[in-house]
Amino acid sequence: MREKERSGARPSTPPPSLEVSGLAFAYPDGHQALFGVDLRIERGERVALLGPNGAGKTTLVLHLNGVHRAGAGAVRVGGLEVAREHLQEIRRRVGIVFQDPDDQLFMPTVRDDVAFGPANFGVTEPDLSRRVADALGAVGMAAHADRSPMHLSGGQRRRVALATVLACDPEILVLDEPSTHLDPVARRELAEVLLGLDRTMLMVTHDLPYALQLCPRSVVIDGGVVVADAPTREILADPGLLAAHRLELPFGFAVS
Amino acid sequence: MAAGHAHPLYRAGDSVVHRLPAHVKIVGAFVFVLAVVATPREAFAVFGLQFLLLVGVWVAGRIPPGWLAARALIEAPFVVLAVLLPFFAVGPRVEWWGMSLSVDGLLAGWNILVKGTLGVLVSVTLAATTPLRDLVSGLSRLRVPAMVCVIATLMLRYLEVIAAEARRMRLARISRGHDPRFAWQLGATVRSVGALFLRSYERGERVHLAMLSRGYTGTMPAFTSASASTATWAAALLPAGAAVLLAVSGYWVR
Repeated sequence: MREKERSGARPSTPPPSLEVSGLAFAYPDGHQALFGVDLRIERGERVALLGPNGAGKTTLVLHLNGVHRAGAGAVRVGGLEVAREHLQEIRRRVGIVFQDPDDQLFMPTVRDDVAFGPANFGVTEPDLSRRVADALGAVGMAAHADRSPMHLSGGQRRRVALATVLACDPEILVLDEPSTHLDPVARRELAEVLLGLDRTMLMVTHDLPYALQLCPRSVVIDGGVVVADAPTREILADPGLLAAHRLELPFGFAVS
Repeated sequence: MAAGHAHPLYRAGDSVVHRLPAHVKIVGAFVFVLAVVATPREAFAVFGLQFLLLVGVWVAGRIPPGWLAARALIEAPFVVLAVLLPFFAVGPRVEWWGMSLSVDGLLAGWNILVKGTLGVLVSVTLAATTPLRDLVSGLSRLRVPAMVCVIATLMLRYLEVIAAEARRMRLARISRGHDPRFAWQLGATVRSVGALFLRSYERGERVHLAMLSRGYTGTMPAFTSASASTATWAAALLPAGAAVLLAVSGYWVR
């Protein structure tokens, strides 16, 4: 293995967690949302996806797990192309945490909800219970397994939503606006959990300081194309770029 | 199993009745209600004995009667109908306290009242001793179609979400001076019900999307629920069985 790597043989390097090439997509009503997006995320990277409302961020996310099918171009997750034949495996590999935990948590108890994903992907007892316990442990919610999601605080709900996806053991974690509706403490706690996970991560956000805290690299998307792809600090230190794409640091913030 | 999912009809406890598997209790309650409905309306004593059987279940389940009575009030609209029947039904009439009452109407009213009350009490007893999620898993154990169970599960969860949303919308309305006591302001309430419907519909789509993303393909993964031994079945169906015998005896004693 080692020798091969040194000699430059390609098969020994793992495929990138996410590879989007030339992705274009138009909605059935004719509205074109993506015009050829290229994006490559290596295993273990944490990338922020920034851009104004309507830039195509959510459309892109829904391509990653095959809810939308590419009009042109391709999406590969861990080397596997998003296509109808292996949709189920793609959905296991792409763990999306949606913006509103109430959309994601629908079972009567936290435990059932976290078990829902892995059970769909064919995990059975006793592995299932271990997966649930591990996922809840990873987000610090093990003590709440038997409660109803309705009776949790916003921050707790967000962490349980994260656990429901972690339990599926995804190749890449996709977070849609993870910091919305969180108080500062819950926001920080979530950041600590995310930093401790050691997983490939794509975080869609308007919260630029959060992007800086969590993601070394940022990709700006606007008008359906990637307009910038650079270290987060560089992007946030470029006022011209930010202004051109309706991005703005909160009052009093400056990144140099 | 789980203490987490409280609902207003559930009374947490650890009695014999609480510990019975849900599917056994559902069958028991169903048979009991059938027995009550099948009892002839003139068999007054039988209804009394069936009520005593229920009292026995309450004692075993440690449910206070006042708590039950408050929740049985849901029956009230039907009681109104039962009370009206003796006045408006046709047929032979009797004089009572200066009022002319129809005999047939009296019996029909009594029939609705006693069967409705017993039926509601049985349902409240079942709900009081069984958490909602167990009810659903019990139903799926009784081979109720999986899609029905999925719908019930989702309904249980989102009823609370939608109720919370409705509360927030109402709060936002009354904070802007809305006072729905006046008829001309009813429009706003009606419109917000419409908005709530649309929001719930959109949420339904988002929930489905989130389920798909976690590998949902149309069938829920089967979550295990405890099975019941023959002895458990026998013990749990004792009140229901007795109610059936009483109902049958009702055809002789009337």
